[in-house]
This record gives sequence, structure tokens and C-alpha cells, in this order.
Amino acid sequence: MRQRLESNRREFLKKCAAGAMLAGGTHGLPAFLTAQEKTKVVNAHEPLLRGAGASLDSGRLLKMLDRAMQALYATDSPLEAWKKVAKPGEVVGLKVNGLAGRGISTSVLLAEVVCARLQEAGIPQKDIIIWDRLNADLESAGFRNATRQDRIRCLGNDTLGYEEELAIYGSVGSCLARTLTQVCDAVINLPVLKDHGIAGVTMALKNMFGAIHNPNKYHLNVGDPYVADVNMLPPIRQKVRLHICDATTAQYEGGPSYMPQWTWPCNSLLVSRDPVALDFVGWQMLEQKRAEKGMKSLRALGRAPDYIATAADANHRLGTNDPSQIEKVGV
Amino acid sequence: MTKSSNARKGEANFSSDDTRRGQGANDALPRDSVLASLSRLEATEHDRRAFLKLASVPCLTACVGSCMAGWPSLAQGAGSAAAEDSRFIVEAQFYEKLPYKKTRCKLCPRECVIDDRERGYCGVRENRGGSYYTLVHSRVCAAHIDPIEKKPLFHFSPGSLAFSVATAGCNVNCKFCQNWDISQSRPEQVRNTYLPPKDLASVAQQNHCPAIAYTYSEPVVFYEYMRDAAEAGHALGIKSVVVSGGFIQQEPLKKLCQSVDAIKVDLKAFSEKYYKEVVNGELKPVLEAIVTMRKLGVWTELVYLVVPTLNDSDAEFRALAQWIKSNLGAEVPLHFSRFYPQYLLNNLPPTPMETLERAKAIADAEGLHYVYLGNTPGNAAENTYCPKCRRIVVERIGFTVKEMHLRKGKCEYCQQPIAGVWQ
Repeated sequence: MRQRLESNRREFLKKCAAGAMLAGGTHGLPAFLTAQEKTKVVNAHEPLLRGAGASLDSGRLLKMLDRAMQALYATDSPLEAWKKVAKPGEVVGLKVNGLAGRGISTSVLLAEVVCARLQEAGIPQKDIIIWDRLNADLESAGFRNATRQDRIRCLGNDTLGYEEELAIYGSVGSCLARTLTQVCDAVINLPVLKDHGIAGVTMALKNMFGAIHNPNKYHLNVGDPYVADVNMLPPIRQKVRLHICDATTAQYEGGPSYMPQWTWPCNSLLVSRDPVALDFVGWQMLEQKRAEKGMKSLRALGRAPDYIATAADANHRLGTNDPSQIEKVGV
Repeated sequence: MTKSSNARKGEANFSSDDTRRGQGANDALPRDSVLASLSRLEATEHDRRAFLKLASVPCLTACVGSCMAGWPSLAQGAGSAAAEDSRFIVEAQFYEKLPYKKTRCKLCPRECVIDDRERGYCGVRENRGGSYYTLVHSRVCAAHIDPIEKKPLFHFSPGSLAFSVATAGCNVNCKFCQNWDISQSRPEQVRNTYLPPKDLASVAQQNHCPAIAYTYSEPVVFYEYMRDAAEAGHALGIKSVVVSGGFIQQEPLKKLCQSVDAIKVDLKAFSEKYYKEVVNGELKPVLEAIVTMRKLGVWTELVYLVVPTLNDSDAEFRALAQWIKSNLGAEVPLHFSRFYPQYLLNNLPPTPMETLERAKAIADAEGLHYVYLGNTPGNAAENTYCPKCRRIVVERIGFTVKEMHLRKGKCEYCQQPIAGVWQ
């Protein structure tokens, strides 16, 4: 890892430039879409996910994840699906969200089942790294910091720090986490489905704020266009391949902190390769829950997450928020 | 898409004789005191941030025996251990508690509402369990001895030195920020040293600095430290001067004005549009703050960084000058400063000299008595002229005072009082 960390500025810039070219794709479409395809957002739901108790049942969670992956990649076996995500030899990062502690963070169990499937797909433990903004966040969410290089690593950005260079796109100028730029070849994004008091909602797109050194600067104007712009930074756009939103427990008000009175056992995973579509679908789920509970919509409260639409616009093309272009698959 | 910082590009903006260019002339982090250390580095491609990290160690420690007497040994550097160092964490003085463990910061007009375990826009104040804390009390990430003219304060003890300190963090995000390395970072992301108020005052005294300057980043975000340090300084006869954007609420400002001796405000433009788009702040509260400073008798000077095409119209210069004259008085010094491409504003050229001269001409014509041009070493508009007889009363070359022709605050030629703090 030390060698990897010593990559110099020129290498970093080359990677960014390459990322920019790849990210641009052809015809302005995200790399995973062709002109004919709709973008899939799979909602895997398991009413009995918790079994008899309150804690998640790992076997059922794994089956739920398998169903989602098979549906997303249109394969008969989960293994085939995972082989399309990453190849042996690549270092795969799992970007979790541990900000709110155990109550409403990416569940450790979900990270574990993803790691299990990655290993079955040929990614050795040493090439899997679970990461988030801070070691303290990871610990509070129940992850154990681990830096041994022959095992699955788990570390916050404070361990490896940030790039010296600014990465710039649109309204954003940030230093990216070295874990992302210098360690990971591919990233699986594992956000949480929850409300955000400033940015409206926080799911796939917003979770990438954990990859920059100055997220506190980008919550103005309900995060628009900052959230979209952060996701345009080449290392993010190039490396994030899959989004698995943890909606086993979801929160429709009071986020990003854990507010148990506003959470519900959603017992779902939202899985997509399109962060915009995933966020759009997740947002609608939160709005539906808010309506059920007699709460005002985020729009009425002045915190509709318009950054989702910005992420889909002609300048960003990070995915689609057009319902007619989103294929919602329930499994 | 990814850009390098300006220092990386080899822009020779900085030299060791304080005739540097760039916004650096208006309180950029000095490079001169660490040049010797830097030259020993084998690699040639250190960027600005790496430069600062590397440079800060020799600067803050090696200088103990050479240029900064009494400087304490450098604390352990960045990292989570430092982040949790309780020495730096003090409950904020201006905030209110809200339901569900939220807090609302009442220090700056932004009034961030912060969830538990989250930070405000400044990045240096954090909600912990429903109480709000500054994380940067005594947590100094930059310290240098500068001429007071570098702040710039031209009418405040000219020719004296200011022991200048900063912590990480800022409550705005100017696209032209010259010190973004520290201002746009969290304290854990920069190298810090523990320097409690009494030690700061003591170090300033030992280094023959009659003033402490709170500068480089944005002192408002380390408000509690600044006030405590100012009090400690006054106990030793050391004054305190503040270099700020002036984006602060009235109540904390009024208390601050009781503690400090001079404030230089970066009035970044005279339009809300610019403040919104370029500064990520608001003009109105800044103007209100400046008026309060004057009313409370704190010596105040203004800097206006002239950015080509963005805040350089005749109308804006004129409106600015008229507002100053009407609301502050003609004797408040106004420094028009030259912009150089920095940070997120790399697509614009340096301010043409003609633009600066046009700005000065307009402000002069509106009746302001002391209008200067900054970041223009050697320009005659760096001198102070008597508003009555028009002779030079303070002659400067860069930040160096060459000659003074003042007696007890009056022009020695015509006895016209020259506004300022001259002792």
C-alpha cells in the first residue's frame, strides 16, 4: 500500500484525465447505459428480514442481496453478477455511511455479506477495503478499524488523508480521500436511505461527500449543485460501479442524525448502477412515508433535493431522474 | 478538470523581502521564513499544501532559536488523536440549543443549524450531544512575524511587527482564497501546535511584537481563542489586531470590539451578487459590522480586492466610496488590492494597473482621504499623503516604512491631523 500511496501528482492527474474521458462516455450517457436501455433500480424487500427479533437475519439479508444482484445484472446466479462488478486483482472499496452511529448507518451485516460475495467472486480479503470519512464514524456504526494488509481493511479517511491537489468541477473544489484515489480501483457505494435536514435526503449521491475533505462547504442551497458536482469529480465518477442502498432501516425525518421516532423497518435494499435513479426512487419512498405520517413534503419544507435533477442534467449526466426511463424492479 | 494550486505552477509570487505579489501581499501565509528549509528538500515538485506541511515544522520549531524566541515545541501533527485533544475544545460562546440535540450557531450570520456530531460551515465548530464547541481554541496552524503593513494596516503603529497567527477554518469560501490550504480545511487536516493565550502573548512579547494579529484564515471562526488571547496580550501591553471578512453577528462583534485594537475588513465587493456567487456569504451583515466597528471606536481599515470583470465597474467603485464616506467617514483608509489568479479563480488575469488606478481615482474624487493600492510594490499609492497639503507623511516601499513625517498624529508640514493610531 505504501507504494500505491507514493504515486505522484503526475500519476494522479493522469488518472483524473483518464477518468474524465471515461466518465464522459459516448453520446453523453452514463457508461452503464445504452440508448435503448432503461436504468434499473431494484428494490429487494424481505418482510421477514428480522426474523423473530429486531436484529437482521444474515441468511435472509444475503438472499435478499442475491435476488437484487441477479435482477440488476440479469443473471441466474449471484456469483455471475458479482463477477461483473469487479475482477480479481482489483482493490474494491465499500463506501459505507457511519455518521449516525448504529441506529441509522450502513449495517455491518450488509457490509459483511457484500464482502462474502466479493470473495466468492475472486476478490481476496486483502483487496477489500471498507471506508468512510472518519475512523470514529466507522467505530460508532459498529465497524472495527482494521489496517492489516492481509485482511479486509476498514479505515476512515483520517488514516490515509487526502490528496494534496484540488479536484475541481463546477462549484466544487475539494481534495479527495487517498483511500479513493490511491487505494481503490473500484468502489461499491453503500449509503443509507434517510432524510437530511439540510440536503433533503441522503443516499447514493450525497454519500460521496465522505470522499472529500470539505463537505461542510457544500450544504448550501439544499446541496444543489454541489452534490452533483462532487459526483462529477473523475475518481468518483470513474470508480463507483454499484450502489447498494441500505434501507433495512430507513428514516423519513430528522436526519442525518439518528432519530428513532422517525425510523421504520423498511426491510429493503435499493440496488442500482445509476445513483441518480436510485436517489430519485429513494426520495419518493421517503416522501410516501412522510405523507403516510401526515408530514409535509420536502418541497413544501423548502428542502427538496433538487441536486438529483441537477445530477441528471445535460452538464452532469450522472444518470436519470426521468420516471419513464427508470425500470423499478421489485424482488 | 483537476487543477493544481498556484504554487505548484511555479508562479514566482513570493520572495523574501516582502515585495511579494499575489493576494499574498495582503496577508498570505509567508513563505520567506521557511525558504531555507525548503531548499534542503530533494524533491522539486512539492505542491503548496505539501510545502506548507513540510514548511510548518521547521518554521514553527527551528525558528525557536533564530527568529521566534520562546516558541513551544510542535505538538503532534494532524490526525485523529489531535482531533480529540481536549485542550483545543471549548464550549462556544454564541449558540443556542434546539430540540433533538440540534444547535444553532449565533456567531456568524449564516446561523448554521447543526445536528449532533456534525459541524458548521466553518468546519471547526461541532455539535457534541446537543452542545456546541469550538475545536480550535489555542490550536494554531500558522504563526509568523509580519510587518503590520502586511495586514494591511497603514494607520496603526506603522513600521511595527505583528505576531500573526491562524487556526484552520473559515465561514465563507472565496473563490480567490490565497490561504485555502488552511481556511478551507478542518483542524485535523492541517498541522497544529498548542499555543494557549498566555503563551501566545508571551511569545509575541519575547519577539518584540507590539501586536498580535489574528489573520490568514478567518479569525471569526476562532473567536473564543482570539478574545482570550487579546485579553492575555493586553495584560502584557500587547495590542490585538484582526484581519477579517467581517461576516459576524452584531452581539459577538460588539464584545470583540471591547477586546481588540484594530480591525481590517476584507470588503470583498459592493454587491450581494458577488458575495453570493464568489464569496458564499452576504454583503449586508458585513456592512453592518463595519459600521458597528466604527461606532465602537475600533480602528478600522478596508481592503477591496479588485477582481477583473467581477467587481471592477466604475459604478461599484463609486457606490463603495460613497457608502464609506457617508457611513464610516472619509478618514477610513481604503486599500484597493490587486488580484492574482488563485484557488478556484484561475481563469481570470491579474488586475490591470489601469483598473486599480481608475478605482483610486474614483474613490479620491468621492472625497476619501486615504486610498491606497495594494499588491503593487513600488507604487506611489502605497504612501500616505496628508489630505490637506498633499505631502507624503508616511513613505513606504512595499511593507517597509521608509520615512515618517508625523508628529503626535499630525502632518509635520501643516499640522493637519492624520487619522490613525500612531503610537
